[in-house]
Amino acid sequence: MRKRMEKCVITFRTTTGAMAMERSCKESGLPGRLIPVPRAITAGCGMCWAAPPEAREALEELVIKKHLDVVGIYAIMI
Amino acid sequence: MIYLDNAATTRPKPPGVAEAVAEAMNAYGNSGRGAHADALSAARAVYGVRQHLADWFGCLRADHVVFTPNSTAALNIAISGLLQPGDHVISTDWEHNSVLRPLYRLREQGMGLDFLPANSLGQLDYTRLEQLLRPNTKAVVCTHASNLTGDLADIGRVGTFAHNHGLLFILDASQTAGAFPIDMSAQRIDVVCFTGHKGLLGPQGTGGLCVGEGVDIRPWLVGGTGVQSFLETQPEEWPTRLEAGTLNSHGIAGLGAALDYLEARGPNTVRLHECGLARRFYEAVCKIPGVTVYGDFVQKERAPIVTLNIGQYDSALVSDELAERFGVATRPGAHCAPRLHRALGTTEQGAVRFSWSWANTEAETDAAAEAVRVLAAEA
Repeated sequence: MRKRMEKCVITFRTTTGAMAMERSCKESGLPGRLIPVPRAITAGCGMCWAAPPEAREALEELVIKKHLDVVGIYAIMI
Repeated sequence: MIYLDNAATTRPKPPGVAEAVAEAMNAYGNSGRGAHADALSAARAVYGVRQHLADWFGCLRADHVVFTPNSTAALNIAISGLLQPGDHVISTDWEHNSVLRPLYRLREQGMGLDFLPANSLGQLDYTRLEQLLRPNTKAVVCTHASNLTGDLADIGRVGTFAHNHGLLFILDASQTAGAFPIDMSAQRIDVVCFTGHKGLLGPQGTGGLCVGEGVDIRPWLVGGTGVQSFLETQPEEWPTRLEAGTLNSHGIAGLGAALDYLEARGPNTVRLHECGLARRFYEAVCKIPGVTVYGDFVQKERAPIVTLNIGQYDSALVSDELAERFGVATRPGAHCAPRLHRALGTTEQGAVRFSWSWANTEAETDAAAEAVRVLAAEA
């Protein structure tokens, strides 16, 4: 298994919310990718946005600016 | 990408499916709306697939094959159209949320509901069926195969139980319709709910239910039907009573092509291919230290699904690593089967599901098993 690294992880209520995040990040040139939601955040299913921790501030600004449907923003080791 | 997420949707579709959809999009009018050549082309194609599906599932009447967008819609139609507050229903711990949520909603309204329990190995105890019976039990709703483990339910036994007690038997065939034999008459099934985009190898947006004669399902959706326009209620006739709105004739055309493919290759041949690969994978991974495989592999007949975990690793991270490092597509987490996850003790960890279809190969299967071996060794 890969060495765990700290990531900024953003979760959504719906798949549509995750798609909006991906599109917004792409348009804004912000880093990250969609991954399955780690159980450290919630047991279950669905996807989340995982990005380098240094992108957190820019991602938070994007979430507010674009009114993205975010449940939570976490710093976790994955 | 080695695609082993066929229990979510089969990919690729067989030759001819996409072509049939494209051809229909360019040629078809609206089935049942008008009688010009293009509308009739659509209507004839839809009817042809309806008849084909009736034959496929042993449904005695083609007009009792109802098209829906997916299994979930079919199950909602069957469950909400046959059951009501005051009834009692028996289901199982294997069920998917597409069965559970419609049942739970009815339970909120006053319907009785009991589940045939699964043990910690995921096995159902069929001897408990009789104990769950109540005077007002009306139906058994049961999946044919667990979407989590791939284990097959003993639907012959369930069908006989339902028949002997005068109960309706509603079968969720989401994971088996296609290559697995289903015969409504022989297996005493009253309603078969199926999706078109999994084992039937057709496009997403297709599915339906086959209904036994005399099973009176109340209309769930009402609206345009192309017939009896001045009637203020949904027409009673089959299949119109359950098919309000324009049908997905483009998708249905693709489903027809998929059926043709399955028939030409032979559903038994396809099943043996898929299940042979799943067994090959199981044999390769089951002895890897740290790997836990879920389900009953003593049973020879099972759906082409192998679900596992590596140590205590988060299934989401294992699945992500399989995709990113090894190019193997799987599904992690909870699989919309909460009761079986609880029975197996995987509510927190989830599980990584590998699932096969007609186009997978031995080389892909071996590469996926090797990826599991590498990850387990690194864990």
